Amino acid sequence: MLKRLRENKSSQGTLLITPTLVFMVGLLIIPLFLTLIISFGKRSADGNVIYTFGLHNYARIVGISTDCAGGQSICFDPLYAQILWRSLTLAFNSTVLVILLAYPLAYFIARSHPKRRNTFLFMVLVPLWTNFVIRVYAWMMLLRTQGVINSVVGWLAGLVGIQFVPFEMLYTPGAVLVGMVYEFLPFMILPIFTSLEKIENSLFEAAADLGANPIRTFLRVTLPLSMPGVVAGTILVFIPVMGTFIVSDLLGGKQVILVGNLIQRQFLDARDPTFGSAASLILMAMTLVVTFFYTRKFGFGEEIVTA
Amino acid sequence: MNPYKRSPFIKVATVLVYFFLYAPIIGLIVFAFNSSRTNVFFGGFITQWGPLQMEGSTVVQSPCGPFHWFCDLTQNRDVMSATKNTLTIALISTITSTVIGTMAALALQRYNFRLKSFSQLSLYIPIVIPEIVMGIGILVLFSQVFSFLNSSFGLVGDGRLTMGMPTVVVSHIAFSIPFVTLVVQARLQGFDKSFEEAAMDLGANELVTFWRVTFPMILPGVLSGALLAFTLSLDDFVITFFTTGPGSTTLPIYVYGLLRRIITPQVNALSTIWVLVVVTIVFLLQRFQSQET
Repeated sequence: MLKRLRENKSSQGTLLITPTLVFMVGLLIIPLFLTLIISFGKRSADGNVIYTFGLHNYARIVGISTDCAGGQSICFDPLYAQILWRSLTLAFNSTVLVILLAYPLAYFIARSHPKRRNTFLFMVLVPLWTNFVIRVYAWMMLLRTQGVINSVVGWLAGLVGIQFVPFEMLYTPGAVLVGMVYEFLPFMILPIFTSLEKIENSLFEAAADLGANPIRTFLRVTLPLSMPGVVAGTILVFIPVMGTFIVSDLLGGKQVILVGNLIQRQFLDARDPTFGSAASLILMAMTLVVTFFYTRKFGFGEEIVTA
Repeated sequence: MNPYKRSPFIKVATVLVYFFLYAPIIGLIVFAFNSSRTNVFFGGFITQWGPLQMEGSTVVQSPCGPFHWFCDLTQNRDVMSATKNTLTIALISTITSTVIGTMAALALQRYNFRLKSFSQLSLYIPIVIPEIVMGIGILVLFSQVFSFLNSSFGLVGDGRLTMGMPTVVVSHIAFSIPFVTLVVQARLQGFDKSFEEAAMDLGANELVTFWRVTFPMILPGVLSGALLAFTLSLDDFVITFFTTGPGSTTLPIYVYGLLRRIITPQVNALSTIWVLVVVTIVFLLQRFQSQET
């Protein structure tokens, strides 16, 4: 038996991959199918799932409501569509801001002396690996009305003798945006750095020799060659921003409800797991569609793995 | 031409972005030494050992001096049990996912078998879907299976199957495997197969070749995969949030619960320790990765 196994390369490979397949199928693929089945179902009075087949949960998300105020049987309620749209625009805005902040830093590190490069990278990795929840908490402390930012600004205003009314920053859409940018910034810095680091120095010299000024060199050489990094970073930032609920929960309060909060509440308060499942699959579909078209347009960088 | 020349704009931007990255973390650490117990404002550093005047007339004994909140933390049983849970889960899931993930990397890189491209593809799924989707999926799976088993075997009370340590551990293994596999695979891609062939030519069988040649060569990759899995597990909030039950609260879940109610400088002391642990792990990770190249 063992001897036959040794001679049979194919069954050896199968043996090695089996545990991984068990986990991937059992805890990823089957759960996704189950989510799909449940999303067609209905909620029973005691919060359990009744397995039926209907598209009512999906209709509810796009705005077709059967729970109308005026006694009609069907009406338009854009509440959930608004939440989806808000998540999408927030993810878009966060990603653009993250690119603008990450690019100069990644460029700085890539163009720094190799001896110091690891130190600069280390300084990016520490915030990245500091716990997500703890980093949101740090922003709660900064943004609070009696928090650090208002204290410092108030103290400065006091020095020059200006009347200071503390800013209301926590529990606003702006706080959620800042929180998202902060949480996911390192995910953009690393892939952009990886692709910038690969660019041969001789290319810059050639551009300079041919009379290109630094701005032209950047636009015609550096930027195009670093696009794989930007694409990989965008995927690594856009997807989690779409699905995160802690940031909006702690920094947005009741003001900013995103699709992540919507899904979480359907399960946590046992409101309606079937509706939560449908919302979860819509979220997945949205991220997959955006990722697909984006990578089709710009190509899929291997930087995503190296980050 | 100096290859390391950077414009002043880049330098200023870099300083500002690093400030943005570190200001919150430094604030967090400073507040861990706060002499105000509510942590709404900074009441100054704790300077003395022994009796400590908090706001109002409250006097607190602080045998640890400036490290008052750190000592206070060790008295908090919830924190201690959450720490124990977090480390237990991280340790079990790291060991398991490292073994399984390394096996998968070897299979994908060295062998041909049916379902090869399906296996490779399935490893990318957790990267391209939001974490909450995977968390919800696992929650749906376990809750449906458990309620089916509970009702068909008539399990009641404490005998019922519920979410807890096993569900969290199994889920952590599942989301760590792809990362370990991809890291080890990258290591295997870069290395010369002729060493293994030489060993075989010299009469070593496959097992000896693996342990004496292949394994030592991929060890840095395996170790950095393991450290990655450890940090991912330690750090995870979303998947744990949906698979946790009574008795399996981890630190991120505990902190999240606290933040929704009251906050004391204890949370900052905890965060400070966390940052120190992270600095150590990242440092080790960088050492392993620089060995690889």
